[in-house]
Amino acid sequence: MCIAVPGKIISASPPTAADGISRIGTIDFQGSRVNASLVLTPEARPGDWVLVHAGFAIQLIDEKDALETWEYLSMCNTATDEDLEQQPQRSGGKDGQSQDQSEG
Amino acid sequence: MTGPSTTQSDAPRVTMAHGGGGEMTKQLIQQHFLPRLGNKLLNPLADSATIPASELPLAFTTDSFVVLPLEFPGGDIGRLAVCGTVNDLAVMGAVPTALSLALTIEEGLPLSTLDRIIDSVAQAAREADVVIATGDTKVIERRSGDGLTITTAGIGRIRRDARLDLGRVVPGDVVMISGRIADHGLAIMSVREGLAFDTSLESDAAPLNHLIGTLLDTGSDVKFLRDPTRGGLAGVVADIAEDTGLTVELDEAALPISPTARHTAEVFGLDPMTVANEGKCLAIVAAGDAKQALSCWQSHPLGRDAAIVGRITDAAPPLAELVTHTGGRRVIQRPYGEELPRIC
Amino acid sequence: MNEVSPRMLAQRIASACAGRAPIRIMEVCGTHTVSLYRSGVKSMLPELVHLISGPGCPVCVSTQGYIDSACEIALRENTIICTYGDMLRVPGKHGSLQQQRAAGADVRIVYSALDALEIAAANPEHKIVFLAIGFETTAAGHAAAILEARRRNLSNFLMLCAHKQVVPAMAALLSADDVAIDGFLCPGHVSAIIGAQAYGDIVERFSKPCVVAGFEPQSMLGALLLIVEQVVAGQARIENTYGQVVNDNGNQAARRTIDEVFESASVAWRAMGVIADSGLILRERYRGLDAGVQFDVDLDADDPTPGCRCGEVIQGKLAPKQCGLFATACTPTQPVGPCMVSSEGSCAAAFRYDREPVSRKKESG
Repeated sequence: MCIAVPGKIISASPPTAADGISRIGTIDFQGSRVNASLVLTPEARPGDWVLVHAGFAIQLIDEKDALETWEYLSMCNTATDEDLEQQPQRSGGKDGQSQDQSEG
Repeated sequence: MTGPSTTQSDAPRVTMAHGGGGEMTKQLIQQHFLPRLGNKLLNPLADSATIPASELPLAFTTDSFVVLPLEFPGGDIGRLAVCGTVNDLAVMGAVPTALSLALTIEEGLPLSTLDRIIDSVAQAAREADVVIATGDTKVIERRSGDGLTITTAGIGRIRRDARLDLGRVVPGDVVMISGRIADHGLAIMSVREGLAFDTSLESDAAPLNHLIGTLLDTGSDVKFLRDPTRGGLAGVVADIAEDTGLTVELDEAALPISPTARHTAEVFGLDPMTVANEGKCLAIVAAGDAKQALSCWQSHPLGRDAAIVGRITDAAPPLAELVTHTGGRRVIQRPYGEELPRIC
Repeated sequence: MNEVSPRMLAQRIASACAGRAPIRIMEVCGTHTVSLYRSGVKSMLPELVHLISGPGCPVCVSTQGYIDSACEIALRENTIICTYGDMLRVPGKHGSLQQQRAAGADVRIVYSALDALEIAAANPEHKIVFLAIGFETTAAGHAAAILEARRRNLSNFLMLCAHKQVVPAMAALLSADDVAIDGFLCPGHVSAIIGAQAYGDIVERFSKPCVVAGFEPQSMLGALLLIVEQVVAGQARIENTYGQVVNDNGNQAARRTIDEVFESASVAWRAMGVIADSGLILRERYRGLDAGVQFDVDLDADDPTPGCRCGEVIQGKLAPKQCGLFATACTPTQPVGPCMVSSEGSCAAAFRYDREPVSRKKESG
């Protein structure tokens, strides 16, 4: 029920006590920049990575994890002439991903 | 883009008088349109342009353009109008020659905006090697401030060597796309009211007739061409499956798309395959000619990112189907209509 | 760290459930429904794993009364409706919001409640009514928007709330007589807010495995494998394959904000009746911003179109293709019920991505 995508905070005002929703960060999604409120992630700073849903950052995430998602989203065409000879590429991206199977 | 600029605070605007057919209309044409668009066919300003006869069949198309905002990253309504019309002709295997240009201008549109748009029309026409042969201008009362709509018609002669017919498509044929998808629709979205965001994405609006011409020049067995505009790539392949009774199988890993476009679509919950393109061509080519066809496109400035993205099969029932990154499958459907950004 | 390909994970799932009775897993989250299809994962699962779409689609579970109220308000003078794109085409008794817009109502699509606030600020003579649907993920932002509206004195900003909570709905489904759910694929982003431990109630009271998953193929497949393994072993516990985003206790700032602005209430879900403590309504001190109160509309009225079986679909009792209207009278261009019009409704997803009833894995009904 919730589309949310990781992006990098490019700029944000420093947090103040009076901040509410108005603390806005500019979030970069590999070339598109969307403004999102940082009110739900008050500890977020420029350079941090956040998950953004409907204009709000809802969670801070590790750069490593964010970049893995970016890489997954960037799986682009790399087909070459050689591929015409064989089966067209089926897995354009990496073959596996770490799973965090922590028990709750 | 150049054009007469004004530093007056009261920028000159289009008024009802400009559409009256009298002196003001003549001035508009003489001072703003002819300097930019003038050519042998248009200059007489006759009621109709006269086109010489030919023994080749005529391709004839019409289109109207209501895009908002009028100007967007990578283009404007003027460029869109020319490219869209030229491309409708080019994908039929026609060499586009002449367009008509009918403008419905809302009073109040700044003349500087109009000039920029007509400059774009002229520029796109030069790129496509077509002329604006005839035109019309109407001015309507101010309503929603939309500014301008454009209606075009276009003609071209169908090449003798063009044998574009979905009936010739058979299992084994290869599906190609001329470059990266989804840029145009996302660029437009980025300047839409209520959604505006900064992006490096730009409209890909471009005339495709030369790109298509070089492909046909190779003598490759090209069976079908279409530009995936509204409805995107998904709309086109769904139509092909329906009209041929064959399966179109695309490989997700082979689809050319920039990381920015892919990511931006994800942010707004859009499927990039359903997003409009205005400067891309899909081709169905006989398997034996695929390598040559791809190479031809990749050597052209508009086809650098061209790719083979799938194939035609006789799998039943006939569907447009996507082989996903994981190796699974899912159906590709024609999108409902306007794909709206969503949160769920 | 495991690096396992989607295909390997699918094979492991097949091995784990081989020779057993079908395992019925409910994907609570509509975004999971869509992601499972779009990524092709659904087509890779063995026959014995039955995925059931649950009530995790905020549009699908909104009552008829909600959309009718929104349409009614849209036609009032000097009123601007701001809505997510998801709601635009949901059919009400007298048409959808899109149809109201065609008839002259001011209905605007927004990406965020923040946009609605700006529209309110820019149009002081109008009442701005924001259609606040969603689960906890979205409710958090909406709560922040209410606080901001107060802070900026935007007295013309109102919210028509239909927030739902996931866990009470899961419990309600399990409390019904004819339940046949073996485990839950839990929503990734709701869980980011409420925390993985929120499913403790389901595990303890009903002994059903609950595994939180993200939206990439490996995460979803990994979670499905864990559920299958738990079911086979007769276990029931909370697990999490979305640890990058979901921790045990969720996002405290978000939970505090929700708690400041909203309170739990028993609300009506489409065709499921009233579920205790399953909704979030504005607290007394914020009722001045409640469009439902201001316009005096009945959000709980629920009177679906005859023949529409969305209620059974969202409870996982009926697969989309088993509905007599599916793909005949009810299609994305002419939807009868919200499950077909919502981009992540079970019926829309089945129609869009799964048109081969014979070779596809069956959803149980």
